[in-house]
Amino acid sequence: MSDGIFRRVAIAGNPNTGKSTIFNALTGLRQKVGNYPGVTVEKKTGKFFSSHGEAMELIDLPGSYSLQVRSPDEAVARDLLLGRIAGVPRPDVIIAVVDASNLDRHLYIAAQMLELGIPVVVALNMVDVAEEHGLVIDLMALRERLGVPVIPMVASKGTGIIELKQAVSRTPLHKPEQRAQLPIVYETELAALGKKLPYSAETARLEAMLLLSLDDTGLAEQCDPAHRADVAAAQARLRTHGIDPLAAPVDARYDWVAAICTAVIHRHGEDSDGLTISDRLDIVLTHKLWGWLAFLGMMTAMFLCIFLVAKWPMDWISAVVDAVASWTKAQMPDGDLQSLVSDGVIHGVGAVVVFLPQILILFFFLGLLEDSGYMARAAFIMDRLMSRVGLHGKSFVPMLSSFACAIPGIMATRTIENRKDRFVTILVAPLMSCSARLPVYTLMIALLLPAAGLWQKAGIMLSMYLLGIVAAFGMAWLFKKTLLRSETPMLLLELPPYRAPAIRGIIQRMWERGVIFLRRAGTVILALNVLLWALLHYPKPADPAAPESERIANSIGGRAGKMIEPAIAPLGFDWKIGIGLVGSFAAREVFVSTMSQVYDVADEDEDKLLDRVGTAMAAEKRDTGAPMFTPLVCLSIMVFYVLAMQCLSTVAIVRRETNSWRWPLFQIAYMNALAWLASFLVYQGGKLFGWQ
Amino acid sequence: MDNAPTPSEPLSTLQPGQRGKVTAIVLPGASRGRIMEMGLTIGATVEVVRFAPLGDPMELKVRGFHLSLRKADAAGIQVARL
Repeated sequence: MSDGIFRRVAIAGNPNTGKSTIFNALTGLRQKVGNYPGVTVEKKTGKFFSSHGEAMELIDLPGSYSLQVRSPDEAVARDLLLGRIAGVPRPDVIIAVVDASNLDRHLYIAAQMLELGIPVVVALNMVDVAEEHGLVIDLMALRERLGVPVIPMVASKGTGIIELKQAVSRTPLHKPEQRAQLPIVYETELAALGKKLPYSAETARLEAMLLLSLDDTGLAEQCDPAHRADVAAAQARLRTHGIDPLAAPVDARYDWVAAICTAVIHRHGEDSDGLTISDRLDIVLTHKLWGWLAFLGMMTAMFLCIFLVAKWPMDWISAVVDAVASWTKAQMPDGDLQSLVSDGVIHGVGAVVVFLPQILILFFFLGLLEDSGYMARAAFIMDRLMSRVGLHGKSFVPMLSSFACAIPGIMATRTIENRKDRFVTILVAPLMSCSARLPVYTLMIALLLPAAGLWQKAGIMLSMYLLGIVAAFGMAWLFKKTLLRSETPMLLLELPPYRAPAIRGIIQRMWERGVIFLRRAGTVILALNVLLWALLHYPKPADPAAPESERIANSIGGRAGKMIEPAIAPLGFDWKIGIGLVGSFAAREVFVSTMSQVYDVADEDEDKLLDRVGTAMAAEKRDTGAPMFTPLVCLSIMVFYVLAMQCLSTVAIVRRETNSWRWPLFQIAYMNALAWLASFLVYQGGKLFGWQ
Repeated sequence: MDNAPTPSEPLSTLQPGQRGKVTAIVLPGASRGRIMEMGLTIGATVEVVRFAPLGDPMELKVRGFHLSLRKADAAGIQVARL
């Protein structure tokens, strides 16, 4: 082949079968994460060398229970195997990973793979667990029944990797000849319908079967109108024979698998009905009382780590960024270029990169929860609450992640099967108070209640978080009722056995996500920061010696602040706060540094900066002589920050994940309208009560 | 087909520890297909393991693995108690 690839190997299987472990064992660090054309599903590929030294490409297909599609991830697996993706050839061989300890169920997907007309190698993983359960699998018999190579493996220990590599390196590879037998009438219909479809002889049978398995709604949505009548007629004929077009292939495969299992599995000792370790753990972890305590404990631990542990690397990053910026400043002559490089580029990107530790820690925990099997339990416990607003238990994790940062939260929505539910989750996720809002809350609370104790301050902070949660659930409910109207999606969630998480794999995935984030910071976010810098620096005041505050007032950003003043005056904001709002579009915590520029204060030490900005702001007066930052104004600002969509990085991610500008623009519009309305109610309502 | 049909009831009415054999799945096409592909086919044996702390969804054991399903959906699955 032109690109030097001898063979393309796809690796497929149910979730939680050790697929990723095998992928990592085969490819080591020769991995690449990209995107499939036109969709936002991650495409993970790797390279390895065959037993004869030829370069092989390994494609990690998203974990899937079937070729019937449920989520965007599963659609990609199906489309790739059926050769539907333009520019992506069908694989030359498929590794079907199955869990040896539960063949009855895992052979189902392998049975589907055998129908694709592509050579298949079955990776029989976790044979050690099967042995512990007293199962002895007759490999010879299994190979004969399936008609393809079967490699026993313990991927977590590296056992069987060499044999697997040999099996996919062999030439020639044979196409499978065995498969589940359907009733003759069904096969006849498949052959007849297949001939009418525009697919190759190899995939036509399965394509026809996917069509025959659709119900009327599915047909209307997914079937080419040219074939709809043919499909409906074939379905009607099958029904007159007493055959359910949807159930027949499923039943046939499960029957076939059950027959194989009876023939090849021998149980040692009696069929133990005892509880496994996993069952015992679940008695505690899904218990009415202990389950909640464990859940809250784990979530608290996660957030403590995100906020406390991440603090040190975040401080280091800020220190490095500051040092680099001042070094650059010293190296370059005074002027616009110096300011652009140090304030625009270095500080701007630094403001975003500083969140990398939090994002990495969050992904580490999410990986830990996912890998150990606890994530499914969290969804199980939370589903009742989520379904109240029409969402799925799986929406819980993205919303929780958004407390750290909406970006990983939005990236985590990919596991949600239903498109509408995924979009609702994306739309409301940024309402959860992310860590970038913390510095703003801290500054405002200090101004609001300078003399208050820690508990009072914490109470206000907590109520801001609660406001965000209430708004997120309320809006989710509203969107589910109106814009993205759909039934509460069915919950059909596997609760996999608990396993010791594979730390290496988790770190690797965490790093991949981190790189995606950094790449964004290096491109889109960098560009936006330069733009924002220009807005706050041009045009320049006539007098070059004018103080910083005057320069900003004269800039486009400052003028924008003045221009929006009439719109924000009812919220109690003046144009200076307006500049802070404009500046917050780079990242919310930039509010603090923008205010420092507006009020012309500077301090090398960031902690002291916060204090000094606070002092300057507390002294600020309105034209009437009344203090500017009254408690009511501070509250109004905080409420605005809870609800407003100001983060351009999030906008960029939403654009990417929804593949359209429509959703991020709508999100900006609704969140900012909501923020304005809420601040208006707080400020004007407060004034009615005579508060200040 | 059985000549003497066993009395069936919705899966959602079973208590933890009780088992049944699936006799019919009355759900919209897409949901029915997904439930069957997860192993809940007609004739499969299913055991109710527990209900979630808030009473819904329920945890089922079928073909040796654990599956979670809401009561509203489980109500569309008819089982003959074993």
